[in-house]
Amino acid sequence: MNSKNILYIVKRILLALLTVWVVITITFFVMHAVPGGPFLSEKAMSESAVKALEAKYGMDKPLMTQYFTYLKDVVTKFDFGPSIKQRGRMVIDVIADGMRTSAKLGLIAAFLALIVGVVLGAVAALRRNKIVDKIIMVLTTAFVSMPSFIMGVLLLIAFVIRLKWLPGNGASAGGLVLPIITLSLYPMAYITRLTRSSMLDVLGQDYIRTARAKGVSKWKIIFGHAMKNSLIPVITYFGPMIAYIVTGSIVVEQIYAVPGIGRFFVSSIINRDYPMIMGTTIILAILIVVMNMVSDILYKVVDPRIKLD
Amino acid sequence: MKHKPFSMQVNLDDFIPATDEEKAYMVQMRPSTTFFKDGVKRLVKNKVALVSFIVIVVITLSAILIPIFWPYGYEQMLGVTPGKPVDASYNNLPPMHYSTAEQAKIDAGEKVFPHLFGTDSSGRDYFIRVVYGTRISLAVGFFASIIVLIIGILVGSIAGYIGGKVDLIIMRIVDIIYSLPDMLMVILLASVLRLTLNQALAGTALEKIGSNIISLFIVFGLLYWVSMSRLIRGQILSLREQEYVLAAQATGAKSGWIIRKHLIPNCISVVIISTALQIPNAIFTESYLSFLGLGVNAPMPSLGSLASDALNGISTYAYRLVIPAIVISLIVLSLNLFGDGLRDAFDPKLNA
Repeated sequence: MNSKNILYIVKRILLALLTVWVVITITFFVMHAVPGGPFLSEKAMSESAVKALEAKYGMDKPLMTQYFTYLKDVVTKFDFGPSIKQRGRMVIDVIADGMRTSAKLGLIAAFLALIVGVVLGAVAALRRNKIVDKIIMVLTTAFVSMPSFIMGVLLLIAFVIRLKWLPGNGASAGGLVLPIITLSLYPMAYITRLTRSSMLDVLGQDYIRTARAKGVSKWKIIFGHAMKNSLIPVITYFGPMIAYIVTGSIVVEQIYAVPGIGRFFVSSIINRDYPMIMGTTIILAILIVVMNMVSDILYKVVDPRIKLD
Repeated sequence: MKHKPFSMQVNLDDFIPATDEEKAYMVQMRPSTTFFKDGVKRLVKNKVALVSFIVIVVITLSAILIPIFWPYGYEQMLGVTPGKPVDASYNNLPPMHYSTAEQAKIDAGEKVFPHLFGTDSSGRDYFIRVVYGTRISLAVGFFASIIVLIIGILVGSIAGYIGGKVDLIIMRIVDIIYSLPDMLMVILLASVLRLTLNQALAGTALEKIGSNIISLFIVFGLLYWVSMSRLIRGQILSLREQEYVLAAQATGAKSGWIIRKHLIPNCISVVIISTALQIPNAIFTESYLSFLGLGVNAPMPSLGSLASDALNGISTYAYRLVIPAIVISLIVLSLNLFGDGLRDAFDPKLNA
């Protein structure tokens, strides 16, 4: 770890912090720019009732005061205020509730994508232009081109409605199988392609030829030399993969009725539960920004050849 | 005479005039091609890209032409005629079936245009809705990419040409926008903008397009230009430093010539390719938003909203979901493959 690396890490953390601040600011002002405010949709409320509600949620104060209060609460106490539509519950509690299911779903999907993707990619690279490689490439091309919601619904039709193999309700344990598969197919296909191309690149390098010339066994070359180096580009995909899984789970949880954070997000958009929308957006954004940062830093630290800027 | 190795005496045979046959040997066999022709030739050889191009053209043409002669409209509820009770037998027809009224006409010997994909729950011809949805999705993808292209070129070339502090500030802003989680911001902006825009647009010509599509364009204009502007800036910075540009300057070429003959040809292919690859991205985003109910305004269909509407009757009318799903996947897949083909054919760096 030299000083250049440390400087890069500091810079990258600063950028992440700045990004999170921008997200909070945009979210706050965008939500407050909506005409009518959050109480507009309630049926025929008297003006005094609206006034009382606004006072209760601190919305009668000047916008900038509200903004700084919100910012302070989020940064110091991780407090996103009370939910407007789910009376008596704090936004953070609702999100934490949903996170439990969503995190399980997302993590399993990510691991599945990673393991299967790397194995398939390596197999495709080692069997280049053979029939196995061609099948893998055709399938991954198809998966990469299919929006997650379509994949999810097609799987739902096939396995739940026609074959009746699995329950369609994501609240049960068996019901999580299809959402996990739906979420993992796109990143899996992407990782397969990534691993394949970087593996092919590495297999063409001089040091592989040297190892082969020295008589190192095939498997030792694959696992000792090729695999290690061809996995480096996969690290860069960690961040985007988490972003994909987070946004993908919003629709996938909708399709399979999984009681996760994505489902709360959609229902809070429909109900115009502004503190919920803001809280969910900010927390998911922090998750994505941090994962992007981690994968960027890992990438530069792992591979000494990468030029630091 | 024995040839002496160090003799200065030239061999006269080497200097006899060339015969016609020998001259013909030197004639250039192939007329010199332009960069564009060369690329097209490579593109046509690439079967996958060619097939995807044909698929795109067929889908686009049918999305434009079919509504002209199709007897049903996309918002026309066939069972509803003014002054008469609603004929519910038009609703939820399976593919190629007819309502009781139409069946009576057929029995009487009249011809009735078939409902290829049946009708939806409001008695609207489903085929024409899919065609219209394809049209909307394609148009959204195309215009969103154009918006991204224009803003990207503008900001990218300003940053690249002026450089210095302006470049630094622009690139920091680009960095931040780039690291924003785009889909979350899209959802947030789309859900808010549609409420705000509804009032602002009322009564203007834009009202017909619908606030949701406009807000989608705004979101694209706000967020997705960054990678394009990075690309353009990088191109300009690297092209400015190229030796052939220096060589052209040294031999007295005017800057207009350099821009026309060196900068644009080297830059344009990369720009076109990334614009082409932006279209499926935009179609993806639009269908995603439509699926969440943040897309086009009803009764206008898009492929995403058709799929989302079909979720309600999924166990009985699964084909209503499968059809738009296939069309979306086909469009995105062929645009991606064609974009890849374009890159292989036109990127001068890859051909080196």
